[in-house]
Amino acid sequence: MKYIDHHAHMVSRTTDDYQQMALTGCVAVTEPAFWAGWDRSSANGVEDYFRQLTEFEPGRAAQYHIQHYTWMAMNPKEADDRELSRDVLTRIPKFLDKPTVLGIGEIGLNRVTRNEVDTYTEQIDLALTHRQLILIHTPHLEDKLKGTRISLDAMSGFPKLDPSRVLVDHAEEHTCRMILDLGYWAGLTLYPQTKVSPQRAADIVETFGPERICVAGACDWGPSDPIAVPRFIMEMRRRGHPEELIYRIVFENPVQFLSQSSKFRIRPSVAKELAF
Amino acid sequence: MHDRTPLSPKGLVDEYFIENRTRLLEIAAFLDRVDRVDPSYPAKDFRMKAFLEALASLARTGDRVDHIQMLLSDPSTEPLEALDRKSAVGAYDRWRRE
Ligand SMILES: [Zn+2]
Repeated sequence: MKYIDHHAHMVSRTTDDYQQMALTGCVAVTEPAFWAGWDRSSANGVEDYFRQLTEFEPGRAAQYHIQHYTWMAMNPKEADDRELSRDVLTRIPKFLDKPTVLGIGEIGLNRVTRNEVDTYTEQIDLALTHRQLILIHTPHLEDKLKGTRISLDAMSGFPKLDPSRVLVDHAEEHTCRMILDLGYWAGLTLYPQTKVSPQRAADIVETFGPERICVAGACDWGPSDPIAVPRFIMEMRRRGHPEELIYRIVFENPVQFLSQSSKFRIRPSVAKELAF
Repeated sequence: MHDRTPLSPKGLVDEYFIENRTRLLEIAAFLDRVDRVDPSYPAKDFRMKAFLEALASLARTGDRVDHIQMLLSDPSTEPLEALDRKSAVGAYDRWRRE
């Protein structure tokens, strides 16, 4: 089955991982700008990373016939550093016209500090000014509930913001309802050990239905699985869910969300034709 | 409707029993392992206190996951004034005295 992984940090992955993804049906990935696992020393370092995401990585993916898109952001793990954040934010606009940049992301909170909230709201403002889609990172583990609530609250301060153009990622059982009820998209990020498993993602789909839910594999520099989405597909099949439902979640839903950017080249009209 | 797994109740148990039996034993083995080192330790570590509360709540029906997610979550609603550490630790210290 063809699928799209809307949250894959491919710069930390080898070409073997691209190959695995291509062999299991991946046709497109979108890569949010994130933390490298260590703090960068300057905005120049971050800008080099933006160049890697926009100039180098699409070619690496293309070798495996995978479309590579990206998102620009000051990431949540470094967003408490206001000086660095202000500098990085001045550098983002020049990347927004690049052909594979879909929007602003992943923005959001980490430990939920006042500085992080300030950097986050400035980036929502930036996205609205430049009419960009938004991808939101919600914090992990015990910080997720509080961080999701405050992230959603902050968005309510922007009356021009259209919730259908925002995907709130790393949703779990206790945050899905509040995200979906406000009209946002919810992303489920599958991790082999620490967060949501393919089994629990399938449970969440059973509980909330397939509307405005996408699944992704994270594919970052920590323990994560480049073929997490195919594992979700297998889990859904194991339970006897119909192929149409599975395809909707792993392909049609991300196409519906991402094609709100004219740069996303898979259009909803062709999603049906590409099925299975 | 997508509100449940298409498998029958027996089909679900047939399919998932063994792997969850394994998980159950993994948790039991973890707790025994901690006990062998110091049986009084779990009462001193907020993560283990939350973990044991979560285990007790498995006796509920219907909303176990939601309940455990809330047991482990920071319930506060105000941002931190300053960054204290870079990462979450998995449980919120509800027992800490300010
Ligand atoms: Zn990420």
